[in-house]
Amino acid sequence: MIRAENIFKSFGETEVLKDISTTFEQGKTNVIIGKSGAGKTVLLKLLVGLFQPTAGNIWYDDINFNKLNKQELRSLRMEVGMLFQGNALFDSLTVEQNVRFPLDMFTNMTKKEKLDQVNYCLDRVTLAGSNDKYPSEISGGMQKRVGIARSIVLNPKYLFCDEPNSGLDPKTSIIIDKLIHDITVENNITTIINTHDMNSVMEIGDTIVLLNLGRVAWQGTKNEVLESENEVLQDFIFASPFLQKLRKAALNF
Amino acid sequence: MNLNLLFHFGRYLTLMKTTFSKPEKFSMYWKETMRQMNDIGIGSLVIVGLIAIFIGAVTAVQFSDQLSGGLIPRYYIGYIVRDITIIELAPTITCLVLAGKVGSNMASELGGMRQKEHIDAMELMGVNTAAYLILPKLIAAVLIIPLLVSLAAIISIVGGYIAAVPFGQLTDPEYVRGVRSFFVPNYVLMMYVKAMVFAFILTTVSCYQGYYVTGGSIELGEASTQAVVYSDILILVADLVVAIALTG
Ligand SMILES: Nc1ncnc2c1ncn2[C@@H]1O[C@H](COP(=O)(O)OP(=O)(O)OP(=O)(O)O)[C@@H](O)[C@H]1O
Ligand SMILES: [Mg+2]
Repeated sequence: MIRAENIFKSFGETEVLKDISTTFEQGKTNVIIGKSGAGKTVLLKLLVGLFQPTAGNIWYDDINFNKLNKQELRSLRMEVGMLFQGNALFDSLTVEQNVRFPLDMFTNMTKKEKLDQVNYCLDRVTLAGSNDKYPSEISGGMQKRVGIARSIVLNPKYLFCDEPNSGLDPKTSIIIDKLIHDITVENNITTIINTHDMNSVMEIGDTIVLLNLGRVAWQGTKNEVLESENEVLQDFIFASPFLQKLRKAALNF
Repeated sequence: MNLNLLFHFGRYLTLMKTTFSKPEKFSMYWKETMRQMNDIGIGSLVIVGLIAIFIGAVTAVQFSDQLSGGLIPRYYIGYIVRDITIIELAPTITCLVLAGKVGSNMASELGGMRQKEHIDAMELMGVNTAAYLILPKLIAAVLIIPLLVSLAAIISIVGGYIAAVPFGQLTDPEYVRGVRSFFVPNYVLMMYVKAMVFAFILTTVSCYQGYYVTGGSIELGEASTQAVVYSDILILVADLVVAIALTG
C-alpha cells in the first residue's frame, strides 16, 4: 500500500499539485487519470522520490518515504519498478542487456539464470526473440514493452507505470493492460498507473483517482465511474463530441 | 555571482562524496572502468601523439634560434626540450586538449543520460548513479591520462630531434647528450603528479557539468562547453599550485 498525505508541489511560483491525499492499494491496479498537464507525471515522480514534495508525506506501508536516508531509500528502491513515459531505455545496450541490467547490478545469479529470467520477462510482454535488437531499431510500442519487461525483472513490490499504453494500438494496449493487471494480482504488487486511456481505466481501474488542475477531483472504482454525477469526471470521460452525443442520446432515451 | 559559485562548489563536493562510495557490484564497475580506459586511452592516442610531436619540434626550433648567439652550448637544446616538456608542456597541453576531447564527451554523455531520464531510471532501480557513472571514468582517467602524458613527453623529445637534427641546427650526438644531461628525477614525479591532478579535475568537472544538465539540446551544448572551459581554467590554476608546492 502507498499513501499520499496532503501532498503539495510547486515549481518556483507555479503550484502543480495541491493537497493530494489518496491511497493506492496492494494487489490492485490503481489508476491516476487526468488531462494532459494535470500533474500525473509529477505525482508519480513524487511517489517514487524523483521530486520532493513541497509539503505532505508519502507512506510505503508504514514507512515514511520522505524520512528515509539515502541508503534506506536505495534498498527500498530495489523493490520498485518504474516504466517512464519516455521509456528511458539505455540506448547503447541491446534489449536483452537493458532488461538484464538490474539483474547484473543487484543479483548474483548465474548467466543462465539471468538469461532465463530475461527471456521470461520478454516473453510476458510478447517480445521473445528481440534480445539482440537495439532500442533505436524497434518501434515505440515495442520499446514500451521492453520498459515494462525491465521494470518487472526484479519482481518488484511496487510498480509504477507512466502511460504504459500511449502509442500502442488498441489490441496491444489491452494485452499490456492485462499483463500489468495479471502481474499485479499474481505477485500482490501495489501498482500505480498513469493514463488517459478510458479503455484501460474501465478494464483494470481497481481504484481510480482523477486529477484536475492539480487537485483530486474524484476518486472511486471503475464500477462507480458510470454512476458518478461528478462533472469533471463526466467531462473527462465524455470528452469527444461523439461520446457527448452518445451520452445525450442515452440520457434522452 | 559569488553565491552561485558557492552553490556549484557545494554541489560539486556533495556529488564527489556520493561518487566515492562502495560499488553495488564490483564486476559492473570493473567492466565500465575497462571500457572507459579503452575510450580515453586508445581514443586519444592519435591526437596526443600529434600534439606532442609539434610541441617538441617547435620548442627545439625556437630555442635553437634564441640560443644561436654562441654563449650557450648547442647541446642545451636537447636538455631544454626534455625538461620543458616533462615539467610543463606534456602534462599541461595534453590535459588541456583532453579536457576538450574527453571532458566534453563525458559531459555530453552524462547530460544526455540525464535528459533522457536514464539517470532517473537507474536511481529508481536503486543504483548509486553518481558512483556508477562517474567513478569508473575517474579511475580510468587518473590511471590512463598519466600514461598518455608520459607518452607525450617521449614523443615530444623525439619531435625535437626530428625538427632540429636533420636541419643541421645541432648534431645527433649533441641532441642526445643534451637529453641525457642534468636529469632531475623529481621532475618526472612532478609530471605524474600534474597529470593525475589534471585528470581528476577534467573528469570530475566535466561529469559535474553533465550530471546536472536540465533543459534541452542547447543546455546540453552549454554544459559540454562549460565542462571544457572550467576544466581548462582549473587545470591552469592547479598547474601553478602544483608547481609552487613541488618546487619550494
Ligand atoms: N520539472 C518541472 N519544472 C517545472 N514545471 C514542471 C516540471 N514538470 C512538470 N511541470 C509542470 O507541471 C504540470 C503537470 O505536468 P505533468 O507532466 O505532471 O502532466 P501530466 O498530467 O503527466 O500530462 P501528460 O498526460 O501530458 O503526460 C505541467 O503544467 C508542467 O508544466
Ligand atoms: Mg505525464
